[in-house]
Amino acid sequence: MTIEEVQQEIIADFSAYEDWMDKYTYLIELGNELAPIDDAFKNDQNLIRGCQSRVWLQQKLDGEFLIFEAESDALIVKGLVALLLKVFSGRTPQEILDADPHFIDAIGLRQHLSPTRSNGLMAMVKQIKLYALAYKQISSQKK
Amino acid sequence: MGFNFQDIRKDFPILDQRVNKHPWVYFDNAATAQRPKVVLEKIREFSVITNANIHRGTHDHAIRTTEAYENARDIVKEFLHAEAREEIIFTHGTTESINLVARSFCEKFLTTGDEIIVTEMEHHANIVPWQMACERHQATLKVLPFSDKGELRMELLETLITKRTKIIAVAHVSNTLGTVNPIEEIIQIAHSHNIPVLIDGAQSVPHASIDVQKLDCDFYAFSGHKIYGPTGIGILYGKRSLLEVMPPFLGGGEMIDQVTFKKTTYNELPHKFEAGTPHYVGAIALGSAIQYVQNIGLDKIAAYEHQLLNYATNQMKALGDLQIFGESPAKTGVICFKLDQIHPFDLGTLLDQLGIAVRTGRLCADPVMDHYQVTAMTRASFAFYNSEEEIDLFIKALQRIRSMF
Repeated sequence: MTIEEVQQEIIADFSAYEDWMDKYTYLIELGNELAPIDDAFKNDQNLIRGCQSRVWLQQKLDGEFLIFEAESDALIVKGLVALLLKVFSGRTPQEILDADPHFIDAIGLRQHLSPTRSNGLMAMVKQIKLYALAYKQISSQKK
Repeated sequence: MGFNFQDIRKDFPILDQRVNKHPWVYFDNAATAQRPKVVLEKIREFSVITNANIHRGTHDHAIRTTEAYENARDIVKEFLHAEAREEIIFTHGTTESINLVARSFCEKFLTTGDEIIVTEMEHHANIVPWQMACERHQATLKVLPFSDKGELRMELLETLITKRTKIIAVAHVSNTLGTVNPIEEIIQIAHSHNIPVLIDGAQSVPHASIDVQKLDCDFYAFSGHKIYGPTGIGILYGKRSLLEVMPPFLGGGEMIDQVTFKKTTYNELPHKFEAGTPHYVGAIALGSAIQYVQNIGLDKIAAYEHQLLNYATNQMKALGDLQIFGESPAKTGVICFKLDQIHPFDLGTLLDQLGIAVRTGRLCADPVMDHYQVTAMTRASFAFYNSEEEIDLFIKALQRIRSMF
């Protein structure tokens, strides 16, 4: 599936929930299901600090694909992290750079991704893009 | 309760609205309080009907604005029971008030090897300016700790004081724990060593009448927006004897006497510390806010808020597996807590979905978070326009949220 197809799928999933409570219950479920990252990676280098909650993000290159793992100490944030990973992990740097996570807006959770929210999610998207840019530059140098 | 609750609610029309389809419950009063109609009308009056810069013109509007501004200073002077109006300085808020003292007092009195004492429960605004002063003057910052119950460990104060202690800065009321600190005792001990004391009154002025002469504190700082006034205006009270010898904080207009390129002489108090065009609309409206709470009676307000605090504390404890941070018997209407293992961000987000506004995060008090070894807290804080019915909604919301995890 393309990034766009994954986003459409998430939007379809969320359209089933009319009530905010169900929406957040689903997010909490997603958060609980997200595999925890190894404690060794929960270090300052991988920490995206927010006043409200913390997000840890780490990455590795698998062939031409960038693999991300992430976690948060807040469950709702963790649920949103799970969605962002679904969209961005396992993609090429170029795909990541071209993508806009518009699904957040479409499922009515835009307020969590605004630059003024200090939950670390906005910074996580920025960091994912920065990694993609860095890997793209490295691979173009090799060529 | 000593006042008509329905009448009070009518003074705050902003409270009568829905958020996320629920009646709005505003429990974030320790961050900023809502403003009554009289304050909003005053802001409007000095924006729409009357406006001119103060202290400068000979024309009608300038005279009226200047009179209102200086009248507000008199209201604050009476409110704090200060000896003289020259001891009341308008600032942008508590943070600027403390920075003014940390900069100006320390420039005059702090030298290498000196010491400043703050407490472990201070807001960052009463830590960082002193740290910066210590860095400038190679001085040391010492910290008076608090107990797990949330009370200052007063038995340690004498052990922290040395001949090098130049000032003690302490909150009257903690913004996280709600504790009302024994500032009378602190001031007494400090003065027995000839050490001046600054009181951060940001969280106390909305809940208690203050008498700076009786307290004998040397500086007292507070913000307008926490006492139902506008943002961007605050007060520094300082004893005249200290303010007289302290150098100006900011240079510019109004604070000068005569300017030549060779040498500038400074204006008298209080203008010496009010450089530039002040937030005179804010100052005038702050005067109205103070008169408003005085008309209701701060003692009545405090008694009613205490009733809310007790009601909420009991209801919350009855939920079980709920930890309250700060359980001093001397406490204002502030409750920082943790429900089960639910992260404060999740709790705050879901409460908002139910129309309830609380504060979550580190609350500008990292050392308090470190004390209890938590990364964040949830804080509910009450004002006299809140009700037990709203607390019931809050408790129901906590139960509902708990069932989601």
